[in-house]
Amino acid sequence: MKQEVLLGDEAVALGAIHAGLSGGYSYPGTPASEIMEYLVRASAHEKKFVASWSVNEKVAYEEALGVSYAGKRALVSMKHVGLNVAADPFMNSAITGANGGLVVVVADDPGMHSSQNEQDSRYFAEFAKVFCFEPSNHQEAYDMTREAFELSEKLGIPVMIRMVTRLSHSRSRVQPRPPKQQNPLKYGVGTDWILLPVHARRRFKLLVDKQKDLISVSNRSEFNSLQINPKNTTLGIIASGIAANYVIENYTGGHEQPSFLKLTTYPIPEDLVKKLVDHVDTVLIVEEGYPFIEKSISGVFGIAGKNIRGKLSGHLPSTGELSPGIVRQGLGIEALPKRDISDFPMAGRPPQLCQGCSHADTYRALNEALESYPESNVFSDIGCYTLGALPPYNAIQSCVCMGASVSMAKGGAEAGVYPSVAVIGDSTFAHSGITPLLAAAAANTNMTVFILDNATVAMTGGQPTFLSGEKLAKVTEGMGVAKEHIRTILPLPKNHDENVQIMKQELDYQGLSVVIAARECVQQARKKKRSKT
Amino acid sequence: MKQDIILAGVGGQGILSIAFVIDNAALKQGLDFKQAEVHGMAQRGGAVQSHLRISDKPVFSDLIPKGAADMILSVEPMECVRYLDYLSPEGIVITSRSPFVNIPDYPDIDKVLGAIETVANRVIVDSDKLAKEAGSPKAQNMVMLGAASPHLILEEANLREFIRVLFAPRGEKLVEMNLKAFDLGRSSAMKS
Repeated sequence: MKQEVLLGDEAVALGAIHAGLSGGYSYPGTPASEIMEYLVRASAHEKKFVASWSVNEKVAYEEALGVSYAGKRALVSMKHVGLNVAADPFMNSAITGANGGLVVVVADDPGMHSSQNEQDSRYFAEFAKVFCFEPSNHQEAYDMTREAFELSEKLGIPVMIRMVTRLSHSRSRVQPRPPKQQNPLKYGVGTDWILLPVHARRRFKLLVDKQKDLISVSNRSEFNSLQINPKNTTLGIIASGIAANYVIENYTGGHEQPSFLKLTTYPIPEDLVKKLVDHVDTVLIVEEGYPFIEKSISGVFGIAGKNIRGKLSGHLPSTGELSPGIVRQGLGIEALPKRDISDFPMAGRPPQLCQGCSHADTYRALNEALESYPESNVFSDIGCYTLGALPPYNAIQSCVCMGASVSMAKGGAEAGVYPSVAVIGDSTFAHSGITPLLAAAAANTNMTVFILDNATVAMTGGQPTFLSGEKLAKVTEGMGVAKEHIRTILPLPKNHDENVQIMKQELDYQGLSVVIAARECVQQARKKKRSKT
Repeated sequence: MKQDIILAGVGGQGILSIAFVIDNAALKQGLDFKQAEVHGMAQRGGAVQSHLRISDKPVFSDLIPKGAADMILSVEPMECVRYLDYLSPEGIVITSRSPFVNIPDYPDIDKVLGAIETVANRVIVDSDKLAKEAGSPKAQNMVMLGAASPHLILEEANLREFIRVLFAPRGEKLVEMNLKAFDLGRSSAMKS
């Protein structure tokens, strides 16, 4: 087969298709979105499998679990914080087990390029007691995804693939292999999937007992490699995933490489680690994310007679993303000479709302409407409109997690905040804003919810949204918000004064109001126009 | 044989289009390559960069170490300066001299060009003028690719082939315009 040029994310997607994927599900989130983008394109072209954006990550996970239950192969992908949303089905699916291969791809974002934290999904894999692959390059992303499906069926559990931004969004060559056929449909798996205590206890025991098999698979995995340097018993290195590349990079310039374990599977391959640790006095652990391996190996008391170094010991930084230069320093190799540009008056170029964006008009009006109140809180959410936090708008005061704006505005109002305002996008509202609005409607909380309906998931590249336009207003009404306090505005500069008035009326109203600011995303409008010409 | 390139510019200037052409030309020549790019939030009108590494031996790190880049190829002069600490002492900068001002505190352009001129090995191109000459100010990216082309370890014919592939879905007129932009950039760099 021909070599392909793929993003790391796309290599995972192609690996899944070639493993005989029947269903792929996801909610958009950087840096994971391109996995499902690729599956959606391929599925439209081949029409052999389902590739579907979901309403949120929990739903996506459960859809994939349903496919697995039916004996077919399923993939669910998300960004790291998406797994928090899907944590419930994820944790429990480890106990039900997988029937058809179930692969969960989680893309972490060390350095927080486009995220609110840098949580490390390897802890989640350990927490759920499932197997996890951490590819270091594109070919491994492809190969490991194929292997993950095999392993999921062999071990009868979901398998995680942990990606990181730099691999997800890097492009390179991939050599594909001939594809496999999909699994046939299979009904029923006895009582294993009924997690009543009577079954769950039995299943959990089975999962715990299986751990020795997982470790044995990890010890024997062809994706790990141990090179012992017999001449050097001083230093040994353990590096996982893409961090391994940064180590190798620094030894290509003529420096002799110490003993080196490239670790790409979890649970930790104990035998390989022991062989390395036995051979050397000092072990440096290089890993992207939290000090997962370092902590697992050193425990509370460390290893007698050995120096375990890494992020915990301060030899590598505990926050942010690794780079070849940072790892070089940790390895104790002298830095490359580089130009000093610190004197130059460099200006930042922060991300900003697009020219003509509807959110900009909404924020200008909202800021003006709020001027008549001495104090207020504007709780916001996750999407393009989060950029309203930056100048010139400075319009919002929070961005925590999907849907939090509505629940926090309710809490704020109940604490005495007035006006208590929530600002949330249409897709984020569908994802996690509906349930808190239901609660606010039931209590008729004195708050104003702004739903910025631009009819797309804009920040991640314009994926489809589930709740927009007339349907959005109807759902809001159906949830019990008083009809006269559901106001739809068209955020355009020419409507500014009128919009400010409507906002003021609803902020003044002592009860729950919903203001829907509806105008299509300018990027999507442009794309549509272009595809028509 | 290897070449480590930092591609720089502002979101919307078509940095990833340059990367597409170089990636595919490298693939055609049987070279290994890795190209790290920026998606998501940082893309919205912000500074965009891509690390592009081409080699006849396996490429490991997706990121270029600071002080190791053989080339900085920038569609915007201040964005070129932003990454000067990536350039190796022998490295070359190929940059546009046309500022993209979408921020209130853009530094004095003479200071920007002054910082670029501290690099001995440099090609500075009036990409805005050449792109307009080719037919559209949007073609500055292809002007800059053309300006870089005499210094790349890739064959001109392969670069031209993938410019064609890239713009073909949008019609022959756009293909020709971008090829013209490439040619204008290339001949301007050969003269300087």
